[in-house]
Amino acid sequence: MDDKPASVTRRKFATCAAAAAAGWVLTACGPRRLHDVSTDRLRQLIGEMEREYTAKYGTQVTVSDAGPMPGVVFGYALDISRCIGCRRCVYACTEENNQSRDPQVHWIRVLQMDKEHGVDFSHADAYYDSDQVPQENHFYVPVQCQQCQNAPCTKVCPTGATWTEKDGIVVIDYDWCIGCRCCMAACPYGARHFNWTTPGLPKAELNPSMHYLGNRPRPRGVVEKCTFCIQRVRAGRYPACVEVCPVGARKFGNLLDPDSEIRYIIEHKRVMVLKEELNTMPKFFYFYGT
Amino acid sequence: MGKHVLGPIGLIVALAPWLSGCVRDTPPAAVGLVASAPAPAVRPEAPLRVEAPPPPFSDGVFPCTECHVEKDLPTNKTRRQLVDAHDDIVLKHDEEHRWCLDCHDAGNRDRLHLASGEPVAFEESYRVCGQCHGEKYRDWRVGVHGRRIGQWNGAKEYLLCVHCHSPHQPRFKSLAPEPAPLPPRMRAAHE
Repeated sequence: MDDKPASVTRRKFATCAAAAAAGWVLTACGPRRLHDVSTDRLRQLIGEMEREYTAKYGTQVTVSDAGPMPGVVFGYALDISRCIGCRRCVYACTEENNQSRDPQVHWIRVLQMDKEHGVDFSHADAYYDSDQVPQENHFYVPVQCQQCQNAPCTKVCPTGATWTEKDGIVVIDYDWCIGCRCCMAACPYGARHFNWTTPGLPKAELNPSMHYLGNRPRPRGVVEKCTFCIQRVRAGRYPACVEVCPVGARKFGNLLDPDSEIRYIIEHKRVMVLKEELNTMPKFFYFYGT
Repeated sequence: MGKHVLGPIGLIVALAPWLSGCVRDTPPAAVGLVASAPAPAVRPEAPLRVEAPPPPFSDGVFPCTECHVEKDLPTNKTRRQLVDAHDDIVLKHDEEHRWCLDCHDAGNRDRLHLASGEPVAFEESYRVCGQCHGEKYRDWRVGVHGRRIGQWNGAKEYLLCVHCHSPHQPRFKSLAPEPAPLPPRMRAAHE
C-alpha cells in the first residue's frame, strides 16, 4: 500500500491551470449585469437597445443611461385624505412606463377601504366599480412599489438582478432576471408584477422616451415594478402619476433637501408608512393633509 | 496606555467650545422667546411668484367692465337675488353670510378685493381665498396642497385655487373612475 499522497505531475498541474485560466477568461468576458459593466460597454449596450426598439416599434426611441444625481434620495408622499380613487394614476403610469396592455399589468393598485376599519388590508377592495368616486364611508389607498430602504426583494434575488440605486430607487435588470419570482414572494406590498407572456404593447402606444433601468420594453418571463418613473425623475421631472392626479394628492421630491415639499410634509403632517412593523423602511409615505 | 486615553479626551476638550456653540444655535424657538421685540400684528405678505395658467373664466364674462360701466349699469350694493344676469351662478360657499360684492370689487369690476378693501387681480385670487382658508393657503404655497406640474427640483406650474374649486361652489366634484383592473385568471374562473 502506498501511504504517500499521489504527487501532482507536471501534466496534471498544467491541465488544471489551463482550465482555471479558461474559466476565468470566460466569466470575465461573458455577459454581465448592467450595473457591473463599464461606462463604455453600457453606452454600447444602450445603443444596441435603441436600434432594436426603433426597428421593432417603428418610432425613434431614446434610451437614457442617466445615473443617480449626487445628494438626492427620492421620496414620495400620498395624501390619503385627498385621494378620491379615480384611478387616473394607474393608467397614466401604464402609458408612461410601457406596461403590457394585454395581458394587463398595472404597477399601481388603488385599494378602496372602509372608514369604519381604517387602513386595513383585510377590508380592502381593488376591484371596486362605482359610477362615481369617492363613495361615501370609503377612502382610497393607492399602493405601488414603496422603494424600501431595507428592501426584502433585493435580498432574495438569487442572481442579483434587482438592487437599490444610490438615489434610493429599487431597479431591475431585465436581462439578468431569471423569472424565479422570489422577489414577488418577498415583497409585502404586492408591488412586483410578472410577465407571464410576451407583453402586449401596441406600437402606437409606445412611449419612446426610455431609461435602461425603467420603462424599456420587457421580455416575457421577467418581473417589473414602479421605478418612480426613473426616466423622468432623473431628468428633473415629476413622475407621471404626480402630474396626472386631479386632486393633487401625490407629492414627490428629494428627501435630502430640507426645502423640498416632501420634507415639509414629513415635518408638518401626520405621516405613516404601510406595514411599518416589517421594518422595510419605505420611502413612500402616506399622510393626512387636512 | 496614558497616551491612548488622553488622546480622545484632548480632542473633546479642544472641540468643546465648538460643540457647545452648536447646541446653543439649535433651538431657534428659545431665542425667539428671549427676544423682547414685539412682532408686528400684521406682517407684510412676502411677494409670491406663481407660474399658473390664466384664471378659468366662463366664455365672454371677462373683462367685466364690458357691461359693468357705471353710467350704463349703476352699481347696486344691496344684497339681492340676481335675475337679469349671472342668474346661473348658484352660491354654495357660506351663502348665508356672503354675496357677490364680498369678493368682487364694486369700484373696479375687473378686480376682486380683500377684506381690507385692497384690490386684487383675478390672477392673484388665491389671496382672497387665503383670508379664510389660511391653513390651506399656507400648504398650497409650500406645494403640499394642490397639483404641480414640471420639475421636482426647479420650475413648476401651480394651479390657482379656482382651477379645481369653483369659487361659487367650491366642493370638489366627484368623478367617474377609470375601469377596474381585470381580475387574475384564476380568480375569474372561480367566480
